[in-house]
Amino acid sequence: MALKGNLRDFSTTQLLNLINLARKTGTLSIQNNGNSAQMSFREGKLIYAFMGPEEDNHLAQILHNAGKLSEDQARIIQARAKGTSDKQLGHMLIQRGHITQSDIIQSVRQNVLDTVYKLFTWAEGLFRFEANALPSPGHITIPIDLESVIMEGSRRLKEWEILQEELPNLDICLRFTDRPDARLQNINLTVEEWRVVSFVNPRNSIRQIARANNLSDFEIRRIVYGMLQAGLVEIIRPPRPTPQAPARQSSTRQEILQEQGIDDPQSPAVKRSVVVRLIDRIRGL
Amino acid sequence: MQAVKMVITGPFSAGKTQFIGSISEIDVVSTERKISSSAEKVKDATTVAMDFGRITVGDDLVLYLFGTPGQRRFDFMWDILSQGMLGFVVMVDSTKPETFREAKRVLETFESYAATPYVVAANKQDMEDAWEPEDLRIILRLRPEVKILPCVATDKETVKNVLLELLYSILEEIDKVEKAR
Repeated sequence: MALKGNLRDFSTTQLLNLINLARKTGTLSIQNNGNSAQMSFREGKLIYAFMGPEEDNHLAQILHNAGKLSEDQARIIQARAKGTSDKQLGHMLIQRGHITQSDIIQSVRQNVLDTVYKLFTWAEGLFRFEANALPSPGHITIPIDLESVIMEGSRRLKEWEILQEELPNLDICLRFTDRPDARLQNINLTVEEWRVVSFVNPRNSIRQIARANNLSDFEIRRIVYGMLQAGLVEIIRPPRPTPQAPARQSSTRQEILQEQGIDDPQSPAVKRSVVVRLIDRIRGL
Repeated sequence: MQAVKMVITGPFSAGKTQFIGSISEIDVVSTERKISSSAEKVKDATTVAMDFGRITVGDDLVLYLFGTPGQRRFDFMWDILSQGMLGFVVMVDSTKPETFREAKRVLETFESYAATPYVVAANKQDMEDAWEPEDLRIILRLRPEVKILPCVATDKETVKNVLLELLYSILEEIDKVEKAR
């Protein structure tokens, strides 16, 4: 019988612990708000994982994400390698001298780990473990001990929680500080940080910047938090709604609520005279 | 009878109950319980649901003051308490820098509930190790138009001043709406 449930009740950490201790073999599938991920295990070791659509997890794409292939190279290889398995493609690239075996192993391993670490942040999602189901032989599998994955995942989860607390809202915008000492050319930034810097603009929300750079919520929070701490950028609070004359529809709604003696929780509708009376009363206390 | 509501919020042990107690004409209806968590044992009891104070303005008008529970596990109450509020006060214990991050979180959460005016009360300004209100403004990343006011929650005059400044801000907001019409 398949092991199934919701991450809300049984977290990724607990699932991986179970698979590790019981030395299970099979594939764990997770669905969460239209996102999906799969992790495969052999005798309690993680051997394969991917998230999202199949084409995003093509070997050419993984090598591009790891900086081993340029975007154009990855696109051309992916188009030409249709119907070729990852293993066959890997052999081909090694034979032609485009890449080494070590590059492929490291890139695939990193992709698997990145996928699993992202899953640690999923608080909810339907999961199902199919015992003995494994990826097709054409996939490149690399055995990884789960103990270290669980420890690193838990550490990242904690970091993620802190970042989530520091930057709860990604729909806010950033701008460069006016401080004269905040000169970007004197600061060492990673490639990803530079990409983010290039999008910093009062019109771009943090979420938009993340999408444009294909960064996860965790990654963009970490980068923006670092830049905020360094004083490079500052947050622009969303403008408070400009006071406007109430629309016809809303005044009608208010009239209906008043007729029924209901307080509108969205709009206290307090008159100026009421506030003036409150001021007089508190002054006189 | 028209009832208007203001919410007094802030981190655990910021002085919300005392603030309401200093100005309310009735004894604060407080739902305090003995604290069980050792980490939070800096005072004997804490607000688990809300504090409730009242200021009667006339036969037809009353102001209610609602204090929110400061502990995180009761923050499901915040949204409920914020509904229909005229404005809110964020209390900060100026002597406890370890609570400033939580104060910022509370402030941002309440800001997201409603676009109502608010002020920040820098409490315990009578203590020697209190942080300056303007230092708190920087720490809490307050916009220049948000007022941060020195306060001693047990001193009625400073509590009155905080509420009056909030009412002035509300008045300004109403005037803006009137002008826009």
